[in-house]
This record gives sequence, C-alpha cells and structure tokens, in this order.
Amino acid sequence: MRPLNLLLFFALFIFGLNSAATAHEYKVGDLEIVHPWARAQLKGSDVADGFMKIINHGSTPDRLLAVTVDFAKTTQIHDMKMDGTTMQMIELKDGLEIPAGATVELKPKATHVMFMGLKEELAPDEMVPGELTFEKAGKIKVEFMIQPAGTDHSMDNM
Amino acid sequence: MVVRRLLTILIAAAVIAATGLGYLYLNRPGPDAPGGIAIGGPIHLTDQDGRKFDSASLAGKPYAVFFGYTHCPDVCPTTLSDIAQATAEIGDKAKDFTTLFVTVDPERDTAAVLKEYMSNFTTKAIGLTGTPDEVAAAAKEFRVYYKKVPTSDGGYSMDHTAVLYLIDRHGEFHGIISYAEDHDAYVRKIKEVLAD
Repeated sequence: MRPLNLLLFFALFIFGLNSAATAHEYKVGDLEIVHPWARAQLKGSDVADGFMKIINHGSTPDRLLAVTVDFAKTTQIHDMKMDGTTMQMIELKDGLEIPAGATVELKPKATHVMFMGLKEELAPDEMVPGELTFEKAGKIKVEFMIQPAGTDHSMDNM
Repeated sequence: MVVRRLLTILIAAAVIAATGLGYLYLNRPGPDAPGGIAIGGPIHLTDQDGRKFDSASLAGKPYAVFFGYTHCPDVCPTTLSDIAQATAEIGDKAKDFTTLFVTVDPERDTAAVLKEYMSNFTTKAIGLTGTPDEVAAAAKEFRVYYKKVPTSDGGYSMDHTAVLYLIDRHGEFHGIISYAEDHDAYVRKIKEVLAD
C-alpha cells in the first residue's frame, strides 16, 4: 500500500500548497478578512485595484476607514456605479460600512480599493503587504495577492 | 404629428441645454435617434504615435469607438479586452476591424502614455488624444458625457459614458455595445457591423 500512501501524501501536499496560494485570511476583533488580492497594473497605467471579502461576526457595525500600502502614493476606497450608460467613480470618504453580521465583498465592477501613483510594478503571484484600519476593530496587517491585469474574479474558488 | 415632432425637438433641446449631452438617446432603437440627432461623426485627433488622425482614413472599413482613460481601473480595459476576445473569435473577417480608444483625460493621457497602454491589448486599436477642445469636439459627435471628479488626494477620476459605438464601412453609426453585454453579444454585433 506504499504507492497509495505516497499518492495520498502528494495529494495532500499539493492541495495544501494550492489552498495556501489561492486563499488566505485574517482575523481582527469580530472581523474576518478573506483573500485580499489586487490586479497588476496595465502597461502605461499607474493605478491598480484591490479586493477582499470582509465578514463581520459581531453584533455591532464596523467601518473600513483606510487601506495603507507602501507601493502606492495614495489609496482610496471607491465605489463604481453605472448611471445609465455613464460609469461613475465615487470615493467613499467616510469609509465602507461593514454591517453587523454581514459579509461585504469588494470586487471588480463594484466597491474596490484604488491604489494610485504606483511606485513599483506589481507582479502576478507576488504577495504585497498592506494595512487595513477599521473604526472599531483597529488595524490589521494583510498581504494582497497580485493577480494578472484584467482578472475579473478572485481565485478564491479554485 | 407636427405637435409630436415639436415636442420631440423641445425635449431634445431641454436635455441638451440642461446637461450638454444626449446620451439618453442611445437607448432608443435604430441607428439615429428621432428628432435627427445623429450619433457619430468625423474624428480629428492625434494618434498614439503623435501623428494627426482623421477617421476618414478608415473609409470602407467598419470600426468601433470607445471613450475612456488610462487611469480607469475597470470598464476601459475590460471593454478593450472584450473586443480583443470577440475579434479573435471572429478571426480573419475581423482582421481590419479597428477600435478607436479616445481618451477623455488628455491632460494625463499623452500620445506616449497611450502608446504604452494600447500595447496591453491584442486587438487592432488606435489610442487617440488631443487638446481638450479637440477631445470635446469628438465626444460631442458621439454624445459622450465626461466629467472630472476631484478626489481627496488632490487628484481626480473621470466619470464617462462607457458605451462602445459601432460604425459601419460607410462611416455611418451602426449601433452600440453597452457595458453589461457579454462576449456573445460582442461577437454577434461585431459580425453584424462587418456584414453591414
């Protein structure tokens, strides 16, 4: 039965690697932050956008106030909306509310973190550090997984 | 009929006067909106290589026009990628199909910036910029709305009409592909304009 054991070992090993590479999460207070990721910038562009899922397990609302990173000059939280045929970018100056018991997903074509004035090239598969500041839960250091420019969904479900 | 026509003209005038744009007409059927408001027209701008561009140079070939900007994180690159995927699927028949990407942010999007930006996309495309007045003139031909929105860091983003305009080989407006449409719609509509 040795070959089977070996196979099982490899299967577990690969599965382990895979899930480590494709999903990661953090906890701070009542909040769970699932798989922060960002898209690499396009050539000729110095902006990139970032995403994550935030789950509030608590019974009081919290608020994502800021995202800080070293690789960009400024970072803002934006909402993207279509008003008829017009695309609008709305800066959420007061942050993003995470209602009690709710899951808030930042994703392409919707609410996202906007990294502006990128200081370095973001390379796919790289993990880049950042910090999230919540009104109640406080600060938490996270890493954004870089995915290729143009990726329109997280690799979370792979 | 005269009253109805007058009413249409009055409504059109009100819309244009109030907002400076007629993009609401895009949702109406047919190539030209009633009341004689035509979409599309000549484009005189500067291309990504710094040369003067005149849309008359595309005479005899269908093309697409999209207004956007390179600091746009989502809808602009997505639209250009969608065109690339659709033209790749159509294959040989679409090899001369050109997409004009007109910046609504000429302040930041110089020819050099556009040249690099356009290299991200595999479809045949030309990045176009110009003076603010030249860009405004092109946008007006397509009833495109755009507006600078200041951000808290002293920078800005652009709100803009995110519609892909299809122009047939006679230089006439054929139809649009809107933001929400899927790959199949891109393929079907580009095939239609190629056959028109």
